[in-house]
Amino acid sequence: MRAENLTKQVNSPEGALTILDNVSFDIDGGGSVAICGPSGAGKSTLLALLAGLDEASSGSVWLDGTELGSLDEDGRAALRARRVGFVFQSFHLIPALTALENVMLPLELDGANDPRQRARDTLAAVGLAERTRHYPNQLSGGEKQRVAIARAFAGKPAVLFADEPTGNLDSATGEKIIDLLFDLNREQQATLVLVTHDEQLASRCDRRIDLAAGRLVPDS
Amino acid sequence: MRAIRFGMRSLARDFRAGELAVLGAALIIAVASVTAIGFLTDRIGQAVALQAAEVLAADLRVSSPRPLDPARMETARKRGLQTARTLSFPSVVFSGDDSVLTAINAVSEGYPLRGQVRIAPALLSEPAIIDGVPARGDVWLDTAVLARLGIDTGAQVEVGASTFTVAAVLTYRPDQTPGFTGLAPALIMNIDDIEATGLLGQGSRVSHAQLFAGSREQIRALAADIAPELPASARLRDRGDAGRELNDAISRAGRFLALASLVSLLLAAVAIAMSARRYAERRLDTAALMKSLGAPQRFVVISSLTQIVVIGIVAGLLGAFVGFGAERALSVVLSGLLRGDLPVPSARPLALGFGTALILLAGFALPSVLRLSTTPPLRVLRRDLSPPPPGAFLTYGAALAALVLLIYWSVRDVTLLVIIVGGTAVTGLVLFLVGRLLITLLSRGRSRVGVAWRYGLANIARRGSDSAIQVVAFGLGLMVLLILTLVRNDLLAGWRATLDTEAPNHFLINIQPDERAGVRDILVSNGLPAPEFVPLVRARMTRVDADAVGDRRFRSERGRRLAGRGANLTYAEQMSASNQLVAGVWWPAGYEGEPQVSVETEAARDMGVDIGNVLTFDIAGVQLTATVTSLREVEWDSFQPNFFMVFSPNSLRDYPKTFIASLKVPDDQRGALLKLVRTHPSVSVIDIEAVLDQVRQIIDKAALAVQSVFVFTLAAGLVVLFAAVQSTLDERRYESALLRTFGARRRTIFAGLAAEFIALGLAAGIFAALGASVVGGLAATQLFNLDYQLDPTLWLLGTLTGVVVVGLSGVLAAHGVVNTPPVRTLRAG
Repeated sequence: MRAENLTKQVNSPEGALTILDNVSFDIDGGGSVAICGPSGAGKSTLLALLAGLDEASSGSVWLDGTELGSLDEDGRAALRARRVGFVFQSFHLIPALTALENVMLPLELDGANDPRQRARDTLAAVGLAERTRHYPNQLSGGEKQRVAIARAFAGKPAVLFADEPTGNLDSATGEKIIDLLFDLNREQQATLVLVTHDEQLASRCDRRIDLAAGRLVPDS
Repeated sequence: MRAIRFGMRSLARDFRAGELAVLGAALIIAVASVTAIGFLTDRIGQAVALQAAEVLAADLRVSSPRPLDPARMETARKRGLQTARTLSFPSVVFSGDDSVLTAINAVSEGYPLRGQVRIAPALLSEPAIIDGVPARGDVWLDTAVLARLGIDTGAQVEVGASTFTVAAVLTYRPDQTPGFTGLAPALIMNIDDIEATGLLGQGSRVSHAQLFAGSREQIRALAADIAPELPASARLRDRGDAGRELNDAISRAGRFLALASLVSLLLAAVAIAMSARRYAERRLDTAALMKSLGAPQRFVVISSLTQIVVIGIVAGLLGAFVGFGAERALSVVLSGLLRGDLPVPSARPLALGFGTALILLAGFALPSVLRLSTTPPLRVLRRDLSPPPPGAFLTYGAALAALVLLIYWSVRDVTLLVIIVGGTAVTGLVLFLVGRLLITLLSRGRSRVGVAWRYGLANIARRGSDSAIQVVAFGLGLMVLLILTLVRNDLLAGWRATLDTEAPNHFLINIQPDERAGVRDILVSNGLPAPEFVPLVRARMTRVDADAVGDRRFRSERGRRLAGRGANLTYAEQMSASNQLVAGVWWPAGYEGEPQVSVETEAARDMGVDIGNVLTFDIAGVQLTATVTSLREVEWDSFQPNFFMVFSPNSLRDYPKTFIASLKVPDDQRGALLKLVRTHPSVSVIDIEAVLDQVRQIIDKAALAVQSVFVFTLAAGLVVLFAAVQSTLDERRYESALLRTFGARRRTIFAGLAAEFIALGLAAGIFAALGASVVGGLAATQLFNLDYQLDPTLWLLGTLTGVVVVGLSGVLAAHGVVNTPPVRTLRAG
């Protein structure tokens, strides 16, 4: 994965606001990277650009060998379906779907074979074999995040993006979730890109990228 | 395919989650009301048409001065139609030395096929409906004939070579409208007795008629078969052209019903648009998530569309079913009030209801659903991101197209379509602009009110366009309700008042010029107003410009008939009050120049005659040539004596003529008419009370239909109100939880919500009253030809209803919002 001169500006009542300013870096495949920085530093924006959820004002992103700027929205979506997994701070489970159905969703979108069985296996891998038929509102916060992790890993992604994955959890649960995340990441040899301001969590990653006011902190 | 499967699978789940339930419920109620109204109007329309058929005593009537082919009756019977035959001609009825010129009606078994004959056992006794025709050797005689002959039932009368017993007093027969042979007092006899009277010889003026009745399809097929083989002298008439007065009344009744049914269409559209918006809003997160997980735009659209289409089909079917059931229940209630049972409805309303569901979804839900595809996937990280609003062209274009299609499908009347669409669009736009204005004003004034009001008004201001849309929705709903109640009542009352106070109930015809003074004296001495005598000159049109009428090509069959038959001409110094000049100039008072004629506008169109044409008439062998100088619109249902051709007085004054007059005779002064008949035997008195009764019954039926329809429309209106409140419920619940967490008391939040809805309701009420006044005024003047006066109760009721209903709905909705424990809401968020 590679970011080259990434800049993101948005319009605000006070004029153009630069959220990311000329950010460039490379991430090798298979490792784990923490994107750190204080609130408003541009962490989530960087994550969104790296995952193709948003378009940069200037600069380029290469994801799994493809330059995202050369793809339209559907093209980026297709790339995500094949190669990318997500874990969000607020879980983002679809309330109308059971745990199993939530995990099946990306598999179905990608047209995978036997999504039901694969989803079941992945849920078992995160320790929720008994919870497949539960709806999100019947699960605890930790369980919801496990379902989200199962959903992210079920499609065997090349890159996994996690946005403050423990932000909504107590420290004990958060720790377990992080263990699970790293274990699965190792098993599947995916690249894990984590946004966090949890120093302890950042320290477990192979590498960290620090942002401050939209710029890369030089020695990160 | 995957998208369709996904859409189908998540349908049940989304429904369970309540996301599609609101849309489905709105749709079911919309379709149910449209279908029920469709069924009911269809049935009542049929009942009205049956009533019209009474004028012909049949669904189809063939009449001719020459004997008609009996094989036709046989064919019709074989096809399952009912048939009957009548012979009518004028002849003199004798009793001793007294005689009266009478319209003899010889009827076969089965007459009348539509409507009923009423007879009384003796003069002045109570009449009753009779099923059957006079026995051989018996006749039923009109009161006027009996009075002139000075006899009662049981007496013997002579008709031609036969002697008959007067078995009953004939008080009503269905086909006695002016324009038929039945202008003179009538006698009904059995057709099998006619041969023996010897009156059917050469030179007798007999009108032969064949009567047919059956289903609409049978009648249509029969008419199509008969028409080409009819001789030129024969006339084919169905209920469609049964009497101009009834036609006008029926078309008005039809417009009332159409007006009622499309009101619910408007409400349905509003409800669908609102709930579809809510459905789309609630699917934004899912759409963003699906896109972040790799779903292409196509997938998002197709899966949502699948749900919409399925819900459209299911709700369409359920709604049509509910509508049919509701109509059945309603027609049971109504059948006691209507004469006879309501006919079985056609299947058209089912198609209408079902088609309505799909068209409404396409026009009002599709833009919201399509918007889902542009949801930015970034929304998974930043929840405040929404897709760009759909283009105005897509939103309003689709809605307008759907609305126009549905309204036209329902009313099939371009004038009504234009007025309604125009009225609604203008009101909607004005409402929206004023809604926005109000919101701007409110947001400025909120620093001067208490905390509850400040919270409520802040809510209105913050939601900007949303609040304006709610004002529009409430306003439109309220407007149509107002139109249905107050405006409808005003229109109906105005129309009935016109008929009741102005419409005469008797015509005097065949008054000789020197009899006028005598007739006037009798009437005035009996307390009746002096009648206005209208001259009548019998003529035949022979030329239009240089073309002989016989050689001329006419635009329609009606035109050929109008031009070819004997015409009743009149002359007048001033135009009658029930006429309106639409083109040209009326002659000045005291005009003595070249003869001029004013032609009724529809007749002119059918005959291909316009201003400047020169018409030539043959009046008792003398040719009269007159130039068409004006065209008039005639209110035929005013029941005043009206004419297709009115001449300048100098052109016709010196030709042989008789006079006619119309009178309103109260029941207790009918004795004057008997006196008149005795002293002026050649004057015929025609009682048109029966025809008026028919028209009144048609109005009553139409009114009844509209009133019942109103029940459904009210329900639909309430659904719209509720859908509007519901659409902001999530947001309100969250805010309420936050406010309570900060220490706000429940009562304060409650008062704030109530304040918000009261303010919205007030705005909607004011503009609904405005819209109803405008639409009502347009409908009154353009459609119903009535003067419309602004009704102050419209404004009072409009604003009051707006405040109460909208306020109450808000409070009801707020009830749930305030009662949800804050912790649950905040956790869910």
